[in-house]
Amino acid sequence: MSAFELLPPAASTMAGRVDTIFLTLSALCGFVALAIAVLIVVFAIRYREGASVDRSNPPTRNRALEIGWIVVPLVIFAGIFLWAGADYAELRRQPADAMPIFVVAKQWMWKLEHEGGRREINELHVPVGRPVRLVMTSEDVIHSFFVPAFRIKQDVVPGRYSSLWFTATGPGNYHLFCAEYCGSQHAAMGGRIVAMAPADFARWLESGGPTSGIAARGFALFRRYGCSGCHDPRSTVHAPDLAGLLGRSVHLADGRSLVADEAYIRDSVLLPNRDVVAGFEPIMPSFVGQIAEDELMAIIEYIRSMPGA
Amino acid sequence: MADNYLTDGYTLASWLTTRDHKRIALLYFAAITTFFFVGGAAATLIRLELATAQGDLVSDDTYNRLFTAHGVIMVWLFLIPSIPSALGNFLMPMMIGARDLAFPRLNLASWYIYVAGGVMIITALFLGGVDTGWTFYTPFSTLFSNSHVVLTLLGVFVVGFSSILTGLNFIVTVHTMRAPGLTWFRLPLFVWANYATSLILVLATPVLAMTLVLLAIERIFQVGIFNPALGGDPLLFQHLFWFYSHPAVYIMILPAMGVASEIIPCFARRPVFGYRFMAYAILGIAIIGFLVWGHHMFVSGQSVYASLVFSLLSFLVAIPSAIKVFNWTATLYKGSIRFSAPMLYALGFVGLFTIGGLTGLYLASLALDVHLTDTYFVVAHFHYIMVGGSVMAYFGGVHFWWPKISGRMYPEIWGKVAAVIVFVGFNLTFFPQYLLGVQGMPRRYHAYPDEFTVLNVLSSAGASILAVGYLLPLAYLAWSIFRGERATSNPWRATGLEWQTASPPPTENFEHPPEVTREPYDYRPEGEIAPP
Amino acid sequence: MITLPVAPQFSTEIQQHRAATLGMWVFLATELMFFGPLFLGYGYGRLHLSDAFAAGSRETDVVLGTVNTGILLTSSFFVANAVDALERGAHRFAAIMLHAAIALGIAFLAIKGIEYSNDWQEGLFPGAGSALPKGEQYFFLLYFAMTGLHAAHLIIGIAILLAFAVALGRVADPVSLSARLRVAGLYWHFVDAVWIFLYPILYLVERSG
Repeated sequence: MSAFELLPPAASTMAGRVDTIFLTLSALCGFVALAIAVLIVVFAIRYREGASVDRSNPPTRNRALEIGWIVVPLVIFAGIFLWAGADYAELRRQPADAMPIFVVAKQWMWKLEHEGGRREINELHVPVGRPVRLVMTSEDVIHSFFVPAFRIKQDVVPGRYSSLWFTATGPGNYHLFCAEYCGSQHAAMGGRIVAMAPADFARWLESGGPTSGIAARGFALFRRYGCSGCHDPRSTVHAPDLAGLLGRSVHLADGRSLVADEAYIRDSVLLPNRDVVAGFEPIMPSFVGQIAEDELMAIIEYIRSMPGA
Repeated sequence: MADNYLTDGYTLASWLTTRDHKRIALLYFAAITTFFFVGGAAATLIRLELATAQGDLVSDDTYNRLFTAHGVIMVWLFLIPSIPSALGNFLMPMMIGARDLAFPRLNLASWYIYVAGGVMIITALFLGGVDTGWTFYTPFSTLFSNSHVVLTLLGVFVVGFSSILTGLNFIVTVHTMRAPGLTWFRLPLFVWANYATSLILVLATPVLAMTLVLLAIERIFQVGIFNPALGGDPLLFQHLFWFYSHPAVYIMILPAMGVASEIIPCFARRPVFGYRFMAYAILGIAIIGFLVWGHHMFVSGQSVYASLVFSLLSFLVAIPSAIKVFNWTATLYKGSIRFSAPMLYALGFVGLFTIGGLTGLYLASLALDVHLTDTYFVVAHFHYIMVGGSVMAYFGGVHFWWPKISGRMYPEIWGKVAAVIVFVGFNLTFFPQYLLGVQGMPRRYHAYPDEFTVLNVLSSAGASILAVGYLLPLAYLAWSIFRGERATSNPWRATGLEWQTASPPPTENFEHPPEVTREPYDYRPEGEIAPP
Repeated sequence: MITLPVAPQFSTEIQQHRAATLGMWVFLATELMFFGPLFLGYGYGRLHLSDAFAAGSRETDVVLGTVNTGILLTSSFFVANAVDALERGAHRFAAIMLHAAIALGIAFLAIKGIEYSNDWQEGLFPGAGSALPKGEQYFFLLYFAMTGLHAAHLIIGIAILLAFAVALGRVADPVSLSARLRVAGLYWHFVDAVWIFLYPILYLVERSG
């Protein structure tokens, strides 16, 4: 057995920063715990019953001292809060140039799909040094995508898209766990992340043989489910044009407006009457129960790939 | 022996229809102890399974039912009622110089309600159990679980009403029935703590109750507000659940703080340091504790801003807890400390609670929580608070007031031995779990990668020591009921009103209604002259 | 002077009365929190499913809802009168007032029943067989949960008032019940007050335009 390591391997750009917080807190808390333990032991021995020691003028309270041990922790806590909060905000801010990967969780496996269409189960190959963005949803219950070596975790909730990003820093194999309890085989719902040098990754992608690409698959589904019947610009039915939709601001019939993201498109397919676009009739049928989550993701990628209006 | 509450009727009916808060407290002790060992049996099986990396002792489904049973039983049938309903029921009226609680019949009713809910939960267990985890997260609990979810929900719902009624009784009693001269700032901190706990019980438990009803409706009728397919939101359930369940942590720990605040001054022979700050800290924890629930959801997908606010408030709630630790430590200064068993438990409580509280800071730190949440780090953290904290204090309290309750002394040497065994066993069980969590072992795992084996074996070994530590008091306390030395009315020379009456007390508690003229915790070492 | 047997745990009658009143207020605080998740669920729906909630509230029967509001407010007036009358010693008048309040409470439930059966026939309910789109089912789930819970409280309130109305005619010293009736009245007013919140959010929202 190798020497004991406190921390798991650190293999992402975030890992070092999280570890710094961890080690700082550990030093701080270790010091406080030790100080309290020493004080208790010293008092316990020095003032044990029967010991002859000066016990005169015992304090029953000391305002200055008490206010002191309110204010000092408060200042320290505020500092840690800001520090850890800033890193958290960073973790939730997606880099614009990140490579997207589509993740569908189900009891009890991870289905992953690369932009080029290559699919994997319970294993994810990623290149080192390039930000990777995961777009995730679940087909059934809540799962959680957890890679200890990257110090990242994100719940994957049915009915919405969660996202997560990381940049791997070292080649290697790392654990992938499901961290949110999801039923019988929760403990078996894991796999590994294979981080590879960019050249190796490119080779790996090609070794999968020619695939049509996720957007092309999405286009086929777009036709198969009849979406193109109404949403094609040449269609006679009055339906919104989808080109360049993602990231665009949309005005809704009830006066609200929102920025179209993946979750918005997903909702529009499954609950079309929820956010109707201004100027259109709510005539679109719901596709609840007919369309699988990975198919929805492919359709969204097709919409993303449509030439902008 | 003079007439006392124990000799006031020997029939079973005299117990089951009693309205005496002391007898009702003993009914709670009996029920709680039973549930504690049922929940403990589940924990034993969990630790046995985790002694090896492969899931080879029980199946995954059985394992999931075991940890759910352990959680549900320990939280709702043991920890929440332990100190308030058992010790609190016995002590609250006596500590404020009252004859009984304000509503004795309601008090008995809440015991029956508690037992009825407990029976439902145990029945669900025997019918095949529940596999949702004690958190009942949707949509797993509503659409996917094939286990006795509804009966368990019903049991928890019913037990909740017992909590509410006990809380109501305590609040009214403290407000209206204090002895003459017993002003708010002369109340023992145990009373303060249970008062604050009661406020949480009364305001938070109904939210849980309604949430569970909605969950049951959703499961039975397949309609509901947590179901994404109906436009609902599973995160709404998490918000509602934690709105109760985070304050519930304080329901479990505040009374424990109250117990420590009684024991430490008594055995240090010094007034508790900074009494008023201690009382304010209790209220502060109870109030801020209502506003931190979102820290369970940093990776759930709630907005970054919500997470920031909840993180900040979680740091704030640590401040009053820190005050308490510092003040307990300062109480020892210039004391005359005797290390009887209750004091060992209380000092153990301070140490373990400190570690549990400090590791809470890790989880309040947003970026770090992303890594640590849903791992064994969290498991270790809340066990340090609830087992290292609450259970330690509960055992300390049982030893401290045992002479008052039973009229007998427990065997001191065995009490000390058990306290040390529990302390050592506890740390060996749960400290390795912090390390497991840091290394990334997720919770609720029935099998795990080989590299986690060493720490898991350590933890399981510790659990076997801990089990001995818990069984030992059961044996010698039972023995002492028959063979223990008879207790005087005030064997610890303590200042609380409960010590000014006989051990065991008469049914009406005090022969003459007491009047309070002194400040609380008026302790000084033997031979020291009171200041003029 | 009113004399009521003081329970052994209390030293004075005033103490006993204070305890009972405070107990009822604490209980009402609990009750308010019990409704809390339903109101939160409603708030969530108004925010995220605003169209469906607007459409849903247009489906409810505003006429019956308004009539019921009037009935419940009037019943509270009778209860307040009963409490007041009993304290003055007019126990016969108090009994009449209680009977009137009980009758109104039952009328409320009857109208509620008619409303439910209409809703059922029109398919205005959540779950299988519903005539409603998903979001409106969510609205009606809350509608039934909120009004149903309210009705359950009202039934308890009616039972309590009935017990008092019967007792007033039977006990030797009816005036001794006045302190307890005041506490029971608090409960009735609470049930009334909850309705005052339910009425606008379930019946009136989106009818302004």
